[in-house]
Amino acid sequence: MCGIIGVIDRNRQLMDGGKIRDSLAMMDERGSGEGAGYVAYGIYPDYKDYYALHVFFDNIRENKAPLDNLLEKWGTIVHDEQIKTYEQPNIRKVHTPWRYFFRPDRSLMPKSTTPDEDIVTHLVMKVNAEKNGALIFSSGKNLGVFKAAGWPEDVANFYRIEDYKGYLWLAHNRYPTNTSGWWGGAHPFNLLNWSVVHNGEITSYGTNRKYIESYGYKCTMYTDTEVVAYLVDLLVRKHGLSEEMAVRALAPPFWAEIDRMPPKKQELNRAIRLTYGPALMNGPFAICVANENSLVGFTDRIKLRPLVSGESGDRLFISSEESAIRRIDPDVENITMPKAGEPVIGRLYS
Amino acid sequence: MSTLTIDTKDIHYTPLNQQIRKAVAEGVKEITLNNVLGQRFIGDGLRGDDVTITVNGVPGGDLAMFMSGPTIIVHGNADHAPGNTMDKGKVIIHGSAGDAVAHSMRGGRVYVRDNIGYRGGIHMKKYREKRPILVVGGSARAFLGESMAGGLIIVLGLGDTKPISEQGVGSGIHGGEIFVRGPVDKLYLGNGTKQAPVTEDERAMIRLIIEDFARSFGIDATPLLAADYTRIAAISARPFASKYTLE
Repeated sequence: MCGIIGVIDRNRQLMDGGKIRDSLAMMDERGSGEGAGYVAYGIYPDYKDYYALHVFFDNIRENKAPLDNLLEKWGTIVHDEQIKTYEQPNIRKVHTPWRYFFRPDRSLMPKSTTPDEDIVTHLVMKVNAEKNGALIFSSGKNLGVFKAAGWPEDVANFYRIEDYKGYLWLAHNRYPTNTSGWWGGAHPFNLLNWSVVHNGEITSYGTNRKYIESYGYKCTMYTDTEVVAYLVDLLVRKHGLSEEMAVRALAPPFWAEIDRMPPKKQELNRAIRLTYGPALMNGPFAICVANENSLVGFTDRIKLRPLVSGESGDRLFISSEESAIRRIDPDVENITMPKAGEPVIGRLYS
Repeated sequence: MSTLTIDTKDIHYTPLNQQIRKAVAEGVKEITLNNVLGQRFIGDGLRGDDVTITVNGVPGGDLAMFMSGPTIIVHGNADHAPGNTMDKGKVIIHGSAGDAVAHSMRGGRVYVRDNIGYRGGIHMKKYREKRPILVVGGSARAFLGESMAGGLIIVLGLGDTKPISEQGVGSGIHGGEIFVRGPVDKLYLGNGTKQAPVTEDERAMIRLIIEDFARSFGIDATPLLAADYTRIAAISARPFASKYTLE
């Protein structure tokens, strides 16, 4: 099962995490208490030009110094601190969450033309693959993921999620099925400014993983959803596809449908399917993907998982259940069920 | 007549359903639930032919699952699978509903005023003298009547969208029948189905149901009764007799 919720305020008005928590907790039955998480965009305005790295340390004394050294080899840590947490009876604090504000330093690599994003991606992949008691689970600018193994309300209270104010939120309540629940396996999954929450299972994980790893990404979280974050990064950031086209690549129309399209549309869809065959995701899924400018929701092509959207003023909501949206805003309008495989997209006005 | 009104705000479904069951056991015939928001399983397994539950708000999934007898009237949208494996009684939804409406239903009626999601009527079946009926006022998404084994689905297409505009209607059907107002593009028909215009006998049969549906929502039935309908059913008595795919 799993329960998801996403909301974007297209006018960048901030929402605190309290209502997001209440909304996610409406869907407790969609989870099993083994993982929940939140991501908020716009929470670090004072450090908005720095990559906010959220890290789970197994052991501060042993694992922190090596990460500090690695980061300082590549750039500058302008500030770092423990992420405040508040003891909860149902959460066993097996990791210590930490945040760094970091920027690759060009003077350390004067002849390099590698973009900052690629350097940060490289560092995230390297640290997470080495498994030396440090896991970077959030690496975007002016945003942060907060997650743990537990129920939605417990995880929210563990981080006092109501203290964070963002213009875009994703939240997820996990019901792990194929691998066991752990902190790093909780959603959202994040890389750079991409965050993903997902209900379902990606049965094409093996193919997708091989494909994405051929581009240098490394899958280290023991669960399928992380490939979605990397696929979106590859397709949109690296290959320059629009969000619409990326969704078309991940959940394309059936060949029979393509055959019936007008010639130009047919040519485009055929090209996308042929180019991105190994990126096609099979199996049941409902997914929300966010970056700093937009929120995108879509399901698999035959709609094996629920997804509804609604609007209220500048806000677009996407969730597994209408009631979760109404919990945040009882006056929400235009409740709609997006068609299978077709994205619903909310973008900032500017 | 004994009645009960419950303000369900912030009440979890378990105590709420316990309250409903207790009231019905004590002879309450009319129950009104106000401020319903996301409570799952309302009226599940409930018995009592003369019991009516009015739900004001947006209930959670599996409303009226295994219900046998009562009537549930929802003023709002329903989530997934209202009428799941329902045995007897009636669910009247003044709004839309999610996926898998009337899932495995074996008796009684589910009326949805507006639209339903994917796989409406999946696995619906007849059981002895019982025949489940699902009527949708607006449109239905893909895979309507998937693996249907018995019962009746009617889609009226009263909204802005066509009653059927997605694939897989009756996919894997081996019993029961689906009536759609107007023609249905054969592109949308699932494996193992055939379609034909309604006969006079069939028209007479669905007439009573459509009249009851219209009455439930205060709609004028006249144009619906005068309209043309398409009947979709299994291509043969056992279309998937030898394997799981169509021969």
